[in-house]
Amino acid sequence: MAGEKNKVQFLSGNEACVWAGIHAKARFFAGYPISPATEIAEMCAHELPRHGGFYIQMEDEIGSIAAVIGASLGGLRAFTATSGPGLALMQENIGFAAMAEVPCVIIEVQRFGPSTGIATKPAQSDVMTTRWGTPGDHSLIVLAPSGGQACYDLTFAAFNLAEFFRTPVIVLTDAVIAHLREKVTVKSEEELFLVNRDKRLLRVTGLVHDSFGYSSDVPEVAGELITRLAQKIEGHQALLPGPRFYGPESPEVLIISFGISARAARQAVFLAEQEGLAVSLLELQTLWPFPEEEIRKMGAEVKTVLVAELNRGQVQREVRACGISPEKVRGINKIDTTVITPREILNEILTVIINN
Amino acid sequence: MVIPDYKKYLAVERLPHIWCAGCGNGIILKALLLVLAELNFRPGEILLATGIGCISRAGDYVSFQRFQGTHGRTLAFVTGLKIARPALKVFCLIGDGDCAAIGMGHLIHAARRNLDVAVLVANNLNYGMTGGQFSPLTPNKSLTSTSRAGKIEASLDICRLAEVAGANYVARTSVFYHGELRKYIREAISKTGFSLVEILTPCPTYYGRYNKIGGPDEMLTWFRDKTVPLKKYLQMDKQEQKDFFWRGKLVE
Ligand code: SF4
Repeated sequence: MAGEKNKVQFLSGNEACVWAGIHAKARFFAGYPISPATEIAEMCAHELPRHGGFYIQMEDEIGSIAAVIGASLGGLRAFTATSGPGLALMQENIGFAAMAEVPCVIIEVQRFGPSTGIATKPAQSDVMTTRWGTPGDHSLIVLAPSGGQACYDLTFAAFNLAEFFRTPVIVLTDAVIAHLREKVTVKSEEELFLVNRDKRLLRVTGLVHDSFGYSSDVPEVAGELITRLAQKIEGHQALLPGPRFYGPESPEVLIISFGISARAARQAVFLAEQEGLAVSLLELQTLWPFPEEEIRKMGAEVKTVLVAELNRGQVQREVRACGISPEKVRGINKIDTTVITPREILNEILTVIINN
Repeated sequence: MVIPDYKKYLAVERLPHIWCAGCGNGIILKALLLVLAELNFRPGEILLATGIGCISRAGDYVSFQRFQGTHGRTLAFVTGLKIARPALKVFCLIGDGDCAAIGMGHLIHAARRNLDVAVLVANNLNYGMTGGQFSPLTPNKSLTSTSRAGKIEASLDICRLAEVAGANYVARTSVFYHGELRKYIREAISKTGFSLVEILTPCPTYYGRYNKIGGPDEMLTWFRDKTVPLKKYLQMDKQEQKDFFWRGKLVE
């Protein structure tokens, strides 16, 4: 049984997320059925009550995230799962959680969009929606697993980061990772470190508020609050899961990727090596706040940066914004519901190197 | 009558409040705090949940726990909160727009689930915070800033909606009947499960002015004259009913 710890399991990404939640002592899930995230709700309905937790199916995604926030304020570690259209509905209250500093975890299984799109096909086109979907200046954390093990590890990390930073954390997967079955090593209780929270009197509002939780429209109070909310996360990037590096240390070409596309990129690095080419991969585990430092440093040293993603260049724009000269940066993008293959990346590498 | 010490529940240092002179919101808040004092709740065991709108600023004036969510979503937040903290006594104070327009779905489902909460709906017959637009509960033909020639849509009876959705306790009164108001609030709070009290309350600044009802006094007497006991209301014919609000207990 997958619930037994310290065992190698054969899990889908969705299942790995749920076990990570249960092992992180998440005891509340509120959700609304949506492909390709529904299995998470189904599994929570089955497993959470067996672990002393609660599952509630809300009337919509707005209600789901609201119930999660309410439960979290009440002292339970809480999460929800959804896909693009559901994330759109959750945005208002994600902003509330950021403003009122309520820890919560949202697993977003990306599907092809916009709108209903194709419910069962993958995409990586919600990168910006997770960051800027809710109005107003704010900061939050978005993690991007690239497989079953990462779904488990990063979802577990998400619960700790949510508690530590008192913020919403989004785990951004996609339709392929969600259903891909892989070997996952789940951890034992001794191996897992959990951030605990103190119980306080509840005085909570989404209005600009002072440190006592009373609303305020004093400019200094507003300015300090918004600065603190951003700084508490952006000033501590070292505490977030850093990018993973694959390949030779001084490559000619650097691939930057995340999620399912990073899996293809990993294989492309291997294929390139066999061709005798110096190609490396920087796989982003934290998408937001964007790991500017690492990318700037690595990007400066290579001739070409290839950004592989299933969208029209959302991460590529951020890579450029890190200060890497624009002519160096090229995108490998697919927006036809199919995933990027290692071959396609290798072909791009070959083209680039011939031109170099 | 000895007035119970309700001031301990009031964040006196936060006064004066932001409400207009003659607004009914203060009357509602005082009625709630009086009931809390009568029932002698300890601050740690109660929570006031509000939404967005004039009445929802009430959370700023209480000394105990408060939660203010987003517009319309109060009952969805409270659903999660009550699962995590079942012993917490939660009262919701929300407006007519909050509960009957943007938040109606959550209201129906909270009643259907029999969420253990007392919902106090401050029905001022319009959106006061944004300058007096009509809400689903605004009576037909009313003048508001978005219905200058009279509201053409029908209005809704939120109490009957709560009844069919499965509420355990439903009552309606007006701030004019202060004793009755306190009684209904007390009964709603004392009842386990979902209860709802609709409170007709004056907004002299917008609804009163647009509809030429007059100032705060005239608005209070207007509510006295416009409300009839439920029994009497049911004996009226459909046409006559349109000019009145019933008051009393619909479900108990
Ligand atoms: S606008 Fe109306 S409801 Fe709002 S505070 Fe003023 S009188 Fe009260």
